[in-house]
Amino acid sequence: MAESPDAGEILRAPLTIGYDFQRTTGPVIGAFFTALAERRMLGIRDTGGRVVCPPVEYDPESGEPLTDMVEVGTEGTVRSWSWVSRVREGQPLATPHALALIQLDGADTSMLHVIDAADPSEVSTGARVRVRWAPESVDGFGNLVCFELAEGKG
Amino acid sequence: MRDVAIVSVAQSEHRRAVPELNEVEMVQPIIQGVLEQIGAGISEIDFTCSGSSDYLAGQAFSFVMTLDAVGAWPPIAESHVEMDGAWALYEAWLKIQAGHADTALVYGYSKASPGDLPRVLSRQLDPYYYGPLWPDSVALAGLQARSMLDAGAITEAEMAEIAHRSRTAAESNPHAQLKGSPPVEELLGAPYVSDPLRRHDCAPITDGAVAVVLAAGDRAREWSQRPAWIRGIDHRVDSHNFGARDITRAPSAGLAARRAGLGDGPVQVAELCAPFTHQEKILRNELGLGDEVVVNPSGGALSANPVMGAGLIRLGEVANRISAGEFDRGVAHATSGHLLQQNLITVLEGDS
Repeated sequence: MAESPDAGEILRAPLTIGYDFQRTTGPVIGAFFTALAERRMLGIRDTGGRVVCPPVEYDPESGEPLTDMVEVGTEGTVRSWSWVSRVREGQPLATPHALALIQLDGADTSMLHVIDAADPSEVSTGARVRVRWAPESVDGFGNLVCFELAEGKG
Repeated sequence: MRDVAIVSVAQSEHRRAVPELNEVEMVQPIIQGVLEQIGAGISEIDFTCSGSSDYLAGQAFSFVMTLDAVGAWPPIAESHVEMDGAWALYEAWLKIQAGHADTALVYGYSKASPGDLPRVLSRQLDPYYYGPLWPDSVALAGLQARSMLDAGAITEAEMAEIAHRSRTAAESNPHAQLKGSPPVEELLGAPYVSDPLRRHDCAPITDGAVAVVLAAGDRAREWSQRPAWIRGIDHRVDSHNFGARDITRAPSAGLAARRAGLGDGPVQVAELCAPFTHQEKILRNELGLGDEVVVNPSGGALSANPVMGAGLIRLGEVANRISAGEFDRGVAHATSGHLLQQNLITVLEGDS
């Protein structure tokens, strides 16, 4: 590979790319987002009887269309987590926090979201968490601000 | 099945950032090199296929621009995948199997340095439940490492040993970006970058390119004294919805290995595309590799990780060692997506 001619000579310019189109969420994902606006969490029962949350449109194993929406809890258990020490643009919280897989009560699978915690020592696998809702109802995922630690152990 | 082999491999001296070159300038010498090594001209190549990402290049159809590196004349038959170059190789292999080509040029490349790679990679996620959270690729990998640690499937010391072994091996790889490693005890004393991952657990960010030439039958024997024959190749995928699957495993890697005939005989060498230390352990388990197999003698993705090239490099590294007579049978693995979601397995053999 050629050596740098002179790093000082290299011109630089910012490039911001947008991908700003809107999506139709459909009857399953749309129902989940609609319920979020009402401060409720929905899953869906798959053909094997498991409750998948967030709900998916097709059975993960057989590919059959799924329709049986099930309300699940707004509290849950941390199944895995990692610490986000450097917060990036677009992430739900502006301060360092945990990224986590959270199994809501009544669900058999985990959802990805973040936990507002001051320090990684506060978070552990098996910890109990609950939803923190936006103070005023907004559309879609925005109404679910993050999770926060709750009492007890899952 | 037609006998198809890798007969030539060329790659960059990988670097953290190559600001003085654009993609065409970075890729062109690699393509020139891979053809010159076998004394071939582009007119002797029947099909060209590349792997790259518009999200990294920052413009739509960026691979069309990069085709300038192949030359404007003569006109060529070409294709592209928005995936690692290993999948471009799979497409080229199919083209040759179908009888539409006897030779193929395959390359993969990226310049990850202009953007924030861990953030850009979040765009591989679904746009409804995962994408809106903009989770970075390192924190996502941390979820997988944590699940393995919690399950007793790996220890932080084992992860550090994988990093140490890989980067020590990279000392003999002229193309590697990271060479050499502090001792394991020192690695374990370092702070977390994304608890439970330390810096040594993560692949570097790399600008680089790789190219290979495929040829069928007698053409392969003409171009290589010991062609690295593709005896099996298969790719499979696990659900992108990793909240609903066991992320301590990658069943698609094991399935692809079985379909590629990995178990039909012993392998001596494996190049596994594991951008995070714990992922090497997952892959060893899924592929059933024993301690007798030499794993990642190049240093692996932990020593240089040009996105869209790191998987094709694994194929090239195994092929080179077979062609050099160092080994007779090996396996190369490539991955795409987060948490080893998509996996491609190739079994390569030399003539005995």
